[in-house]
Amino acid sequence: MLLISCPWCGPRDETEYHYGGQAHVPYPGNPADLTDEEWAAYVFYRDNPKGPFAERWMHGTGCRRWFNVLRDTVSYEVLAAYRLDEPRPALPGRADVHQPAEPAGGNR
Amino acid sequence: MTATPLPEHPDFLWRTPEPRSSYDVVIVGAGGHGLATAYYLARNHGITNVAVLEKGWLAGGNMARNTTIIRSNYLWDESAAIYEHALGLWERLPEELDYDFLFSQRGVLNLAHTLQDVREGVRRVNANRLNGVDAHWLEPDEAAKVCPILNVSPRTRYPVLGATFQPRAGIAKHDHVAWALARRADEMGVDLIQGCEVTGFLKDGDRVVGVETSRGRILAGRVGLAVAGHSSVLAERAGVRLPVQSHPLQALVSELHEPVHPTVVMSNHVHVYVSQAHKGELVMGAGVDAYNGYGQRGSFHVIERQMAAAVELFPVFARAHVLRTWGGIVDVTPDASPIIGTTPVEDLYVNCGWGTGGFKATPAAGWTFAHTIATGEPHPLNAPFALGRFTTGALIDEHGAAAVAH
Repeated sequence: MLLISCPWCGPRDETEYHYGGQAHVPYPGNPADLTDEEWAAYVFYRDNPKGPFAERWMHGTGCRRWFNVLRDTVSYEVLAAYRLDEPRPALPGRADVHQPAEPAGGNR
Repeated sequence: MTATPLPEHPDFLWRTPEPRSSYDVVIVGAGGHGLATAYYLARNHGITNVAVLEKGWLAGGNMARNTTIIRSNYLWDESAAIYEHALGLWERLPEELDYDFLFSQRGVLNLAHTLQDVREGVRRVNANRLNGVDAHWLEPDEAAKVCPILNVSPRTRYPVLGATFQPRAGIAKHDHVAWALARRADEMGVDLIQGCEVTGFLKDGDRVVGVETSRGRILAGRVGLAVAGHSSVLAERAGVRLPVQSHPLQALVSELHEPVHPTVVMSNHVHVYVSQAHKGELVMGAGVDAYNGYGQRGSFHVIERQMAAAVELFPVFARAHVLRTWGGIVDVTPDASPIIGTTPVEDLYVNCGWGTGGFKATPAAGWTFAHTIATGEPHPLNAPFALGRFTTGALIDEHGAAAVAH
């Protein structure tokens, strides 16, 4: 079972959380201008890396707040947990960090 | 005292050839789907200059890790058509392949525990019958007649309010299915090459012309990917982005028991599915882990919940011991339906996104994928399952009938 540190409540078991998929996927900046392909990319396409992955979790049985986690999808090691208003932490010394694809029409 | 000599080692079922420098078709992944594709390329299309490349050993991935359930009781027309085609193929494959892989049509019960479950189940039964799929709605006492060890007491936490029943559903011995397909494909000239990992693609402009492997370059007229949980990782190396997410899905077996469980029972709501293997193990599964993952193991709390559900539904299991657990990596699409078809890269084809239910589709996946690779065009059965549906919005939403939460 994963041990995840909620930025507000501290370390708790995985079962206290709800998973929310890839983090840092902003709503399109100019939605009216998007093509069908760009909408498809925004709605249905997410990164699926083998290695570090920035993802959203919600502390359902605690503070009920969303936050981001950097987690390795192979080793399941939780590398960092950070608030939504904080940038994705760098992982010094990790050459295998997956570079997320740029979302269609989005801005980070 | 002399030891009793061991029996002779059986003949190997397929050759172990060195990879040639080029093939008409290279299939990546020697799981059930890759082997079935090679078999039908040869059988239906006469294409035998084919290699199936496998990074590990033949059928050692998800094929070896599934819970062997076969059924076709899906909701939508497109799904009913392809899964029912698979079931029809399953019914004749043991004879066709001359290999008894213990296909046992013992039926499947999909339990309903809430009013919404009941409505969904009745709707699906009606949809199935309109599509020529055998399906019945059973009241709790009727479900108990099909599976006498099922607890249909109204005093459980989530009482059984009824069940869908597909009598033609069943199980098959997954390893033997793979070996049967491998033997026939090999006999027809297909090279099955194990320990050969595809690490990249050779491209000429927007067209794929071969693969880079751990055993050198192999040129190919066409390349088909059938690598389940690693589909997006591999496709990305060819410059193709797929709308799939990889999740661990685990299963477990108990120690051996006398025959107690005559059918297959699945429950979406309390989430467990159980059948009994021919040898006697209770084979059980539950949902995927919520998070993305490539480690072939699952979370313990999933097993805990699954066991709680199993013991409430089957009190007779209370003293059964778990013998072993294992996990596979499944590739899940946004609509819980597969992707079988062309990609933006010419001559590169993809069969992926089967999520938690690829085993039952093995023959139809092979049949339609072989057709698509051989002709460059989808078969009518897989045309709706094209990658383009995520742009057009013509989704085939099978979350309800997929029967495993994902």
